[in-house]
Amino acid sequence: MTDLAATDPLPKPKRDLAPILLPVALALLMIPLIGSTSSWLTLTVASLAMGMMIFIMASGLTLVFGLMDVLNFGHGAFIAVGAYVATLVLAPFAASIQADSLLTNLAVLAPAALLSMAVSGALGLVVERVLILPVYGQHLKQILMTTGGLIVAEQTLYALWGPQIIPMPLPASLRGSFIIGDVAIAKYRVLAMLIGLGVFIAIQLVLNRTKLGLLIRAGVENREMVEALGYRIRRLFLGVFMTGSALAGLGGVMWALYREQVHASMSDDLTVLIFIVVIIGGLGSIGGCFIGAILVAMVANYGGFLVPKLALVSNILLMVAILMWRPRGLYAVTSR
Amino acid sequence: MSDLLKLSGVHTHIGRYHILQGIDLAVAEGQVTMLLGRNGAGKTTTLRTIMGLWQASKGEITLAGQRIESLATPDIARIGVGYVPESMAVFSDLTVKENLVLAARDAPLDDKQLDWIFGFFPALRRFWLSRAGSLSGGQKQMLSIARAIVEPRKLLLIDEPTKGLAPAIVMALIECLKEIKRKGATILMVEQNFFAARELGDNVLVMDNGTIVHRGEMAALAADVPLQERLLGLSLEAHQ
Repeated sequence: MTDLAATDPLPKPKRDLAPILLPVALALLMIPLIGSTSSWLTLTVASLAMGMMIFIMASGLTLVFGLMDVLNFGHGAFIAVGAYVATLVLAPFAASIQADSLLTNLAVLAPAALLSMAVSGALGLVVERVLILPVYGQHLKQILMTTGGLIVAEQTLYALWGPQIIPMPLPASLRGSFIIGDVAIAKYRVLAMLIGLGVFIAIQLVLNRTKLGLLIRAGVENREMVEALGYRIRRLFLGVFMTGSALAGLGGVMWALYREQVHASMSDDLTVLIFIVVIIGGLGSIGGCFIGAILVAMVANYGGFLVPKLALVSNILLMVAILMWRPRGLYAVTSR
Repeated sequence: MSDLLKLSGVHTHIGRYHILQGIDLAVAEGQVTMLLGRNGAGKTTTLRTIMGLWQASKGEITLAGQRIESLATPDIARIGVGYVPESMAVFSDLTVKENLVLAARDAPLDDKQLDWIFGFFPALRRFWLSRAGSLSGGQKQMLSIARAIVEPRKLLLIDEPTKGLAPAIVMALIECLKEIKRKGATILMVEQNFFAARELGDNVLVMDNGTIVHRGEMAALAADVPLQERLLGLSLEAHQ
């Protein structure tokens, strides 16, 4: 019995700080390369804001990947649908959006975002039941079904709203910048950072402080054992899928406001970035997804400033470099 | 002693492979039944089929008179079957406590039950808030078994609990399993360690090529060296 008592202390689990330090190191490395402190600060804030938006869109996808091994190539549809649904609220209340009062702006913006999340989440329910349920465990069919679903969603948006780009102006109080010395920090970017940080903290609290979160973490690691303990993981997955879809919808609204426009294929470029984030973060890892999103945004912003010609491939190069360093992503949660 | 678990003519296919080829077995209530056999005989597949992790393609499985072969794994767990897989499958990112909180599905952890578990698995109390991934192999096995017994179960399916463990740990683990047995647990256990099988088993089933080729009392098999050699190709004595 004494052998099992194991009187020796356990080795303290090493805190894996290297991935956290990576964006910090990258940002510091850029200071001498960019030269101007104000440009560096502007680019860094832009990266953090963009990273937070990508994180919001990617967080659901990483859990879906990790929890059920489902390849959802149609995730971008929730982004576009979220953005379009927001226009249903924002267009009739254009006057309130242009009012020079933060409260008035938020009184319209918040319901628009909530409605977008509700519709995207409900669409997630339909997609999971209709497109994904019949093809669990069959990756090729999942790719075909979800890609087909994305095309149908895009064409439906074209049919309903027309092919034109719909403007989505920023609320008046979120226009402009905070000026600190010779540095201008866009107000909307600050809001995007705060919302992204809030979503990250909320997800972490759920994952680490609730039994539901324990189940999700356990399911990402070994869903078969979770089922053997008596939990119906399919229901859990449906909940995660709908939440992920709703978050993608929220991300769609935020991205549309960032770009000040909405169009049906707005998620095409984003989807590539989101998949890169999910892969380099480690499938199923929310922490990895958070850091991965910041890294991707940093590479896009710094790369676009320093070497514009490499902007298109910079994130692919980032993914290659990270996977050469850590083949299962920054924080490997699953064995995949 | 009535039979708690019965398998009648159970077949299991995995892909195009026909693994279980008509299994008939019974596990008596309150007893430990050992499932022995060479590698690839179908022992793990039998446990996984009972647990619903692989679907039986034919045959009947009854637990306390209730048909379970078409139930999903969570439903089989909910009617009182605990499973300790060969891989242990502890959730390494979760703490010892969190692993057990999940295992106590419908109620908070019961202090009395925990004290009983800590009585023979003291390492779990010591490392209560440590990540399961940082435990040693033996401690992970303790956690895996504790997870299966943290709530009362009708039946425990345990797959090779001594696999890969140091001899001293195996001895301690046998004592722990004896304690669980004394409490009246019904256990169907796959085991390659014949010494452990002899120490723990009341009854024995021997498998070969997806069928049961021998059933009887463990003590009788342990005493019959020629039978061991015929059924298993080895004698128990050689493995002590």
